[in-house]
Amino acid sequence: MYVAVKGGERAIDNAHAWLAEERRGDTAIPELTVAQIRSQMALAVNRVMAEGSLFDPDLAALAIKQARGDLIEAVFLIRAYRTTLPRLGASNPVDTGAMQPDRRISATFKDLPGGQVLGPTFDYTHRLLDFALMAGGATRTSPQRQEEAPPSPLAGEGRGGGVPQPVPHVTEILNRDGLIEALAASDATPPDLTREPMELPADRALRLQALARGDEGFVLSMAYSTQRGYGRTHAFVGELRIGRVAVEVDIPELGFAVEIGEIEVTECETVNQFKGSKTEPPQFTRGYGLVLGQSERKAISMSLVDRALRWKELGEDNIGAPAQDEEFVLMHCDNIQATGFLEHIKLPHYVDFQAELELVRRLRAEATALREAAE
Amino acid sequence: MVDVDPNARKDWISTLAKAAPARLAGLIGALPAHDLLRPAEVGAVMVRGRIGGTGAPFNLGEMSVTRCSVRLVDGTVGHAWVQGRDKDHALRAAVVDALMQTRDAQDIQARVIAPLAEEALRTRAARAEKAAATKVEFFTMVRGEDL
Repeated sequence: MYVAVKGGERAIDNAHAWLAEERRGDTAIPELTVAQIRSQMALAVNRVMAEGSLFDPDLAALAIKQARGDLIEAVFLIRAYRTTLPRLGASNPVDTGAMQPDRRISATFKDLPGGQVLGPTFDYTHRLLDFALMAGGATRTSPQRQEEAPPSPLAGEGRGGGVPQPVPHVTEILNRDGLIEALAASDATPPDLTREPMELPADRALRLQALARGDEGFVLSMAYSTQRGYGRTHAFVGELRIGRVAVEVDIPELGFAVEIGEIEVTECETVNQFKGSKTEPPQFTRGYGLVLGQSERKAISMSLVDRALRWKELGEDNIGAPAQDEEFVLMHCDNIQATGFLEHIKLPHYVDFQAELELVRRLRAEATALREAAE
Repeated sequence: MVDVDPNARKDWISTLAKAAPARLAGLIGALPAHDLLRPAEVGAVMVRGRIGGTGAPFNLGEMSVTRCSVRLVDGTVGHAWVQGRDKDHALRAAVVDALMQTRDAQDIQARVIAPLAEEALRTRAARAEKAAATKVEFFTMVRGEDL
């Protein structure tokens, strides 16, 4: 148990002053600006937004600067800040089908309507260090569409742009033939774990909220464990898309809904094997991942874990795999809860430890006395 | 006050909300006299998604939002909700919303709203062109034993 301590103010002040100095580093090197972090460390910013559960690139970049690049510390700063914001409302659910995708790929269909769009991806890079970046070499600029390239469904047909057209979801193709489980649309108000403590068993909406803000490393490991056989669900990436979606909010003073902004999200839909049951013909099932910002590793992981957690609903066996254990996954995926509890053990536990010390000394004395009496 | 089409208003409020704050400031210049009905206030909106993209809603995460309401000298009320924490942006957007309901609407439409809407469209189209340049055709290789 942690017991409050007093004193040490001067040492604490000095420690924080030194922290500020170390954060700044060598003053002969120009100081990083928040704008530089926001635009050049964008994927770190995205991760802090996703796990901090607040879409605000400026604040996430500031948090990264303040945390000296420690992303979990930065997430902590964002989580603390967001508690100070009054909740002005909730958006209408974002329409990812209306997204203008920067990237959109499918591992299940080669020739899908709308095409495969790679976007700004690390895929197919050689993972060799690029020393030109160290030397401050010139940046390549992205080419516009070439004349000989196939016409894009994204920007009307033919050259010259125009209003980008929405691209249909791949799972809709399977849905049309009844080959994948149907999704019941509803407008029910979803549970919100930032308002009420999470209760188990959680419904799928609550699980997705927890996973969307969960630690990328944890969710990745859980997903990987299912691939290696601990709750295997035979996932294919039906579709992965990254792009901006409009956020529409009902404005009470206006009496109608308005698109008040745009956020970047990553969405992953997996198509999973399903044998069918007495009541259901064989069909594919779905796993779903949606994450703030560009974060496809997280989105794919989330969709695998989402699917693994659905074993009961789909009448599958619980083989005791960690990724099937809702309590295990949901209660341990939040890195701020985890780090808070983990790191508190480094704070003064003097009284607690004193009691343990007394106990060990007494037990040892008793043991010694018994041994001496026996001899 | 003049008659206002709610759909048109929905569009201009959205255009103002999505505008880059500095660009809006540059286009509108000095603001006319106004009272603050609700001074700019920073808060959060919970953004929702749908399970599987089309199913039941769930809470994805929040985004920062600033809202503001103003009244012009002639009594016209303007509202703004903008993404982010820029209070000046919210104030300008609210004033422009009010102006768009007055006789100045045509002028403001031409001077502020139209350029913002056009620039937003151009930005989207440029991004779509970049995405289109990365469109691929995958070919499934035929394996030797089939030949």
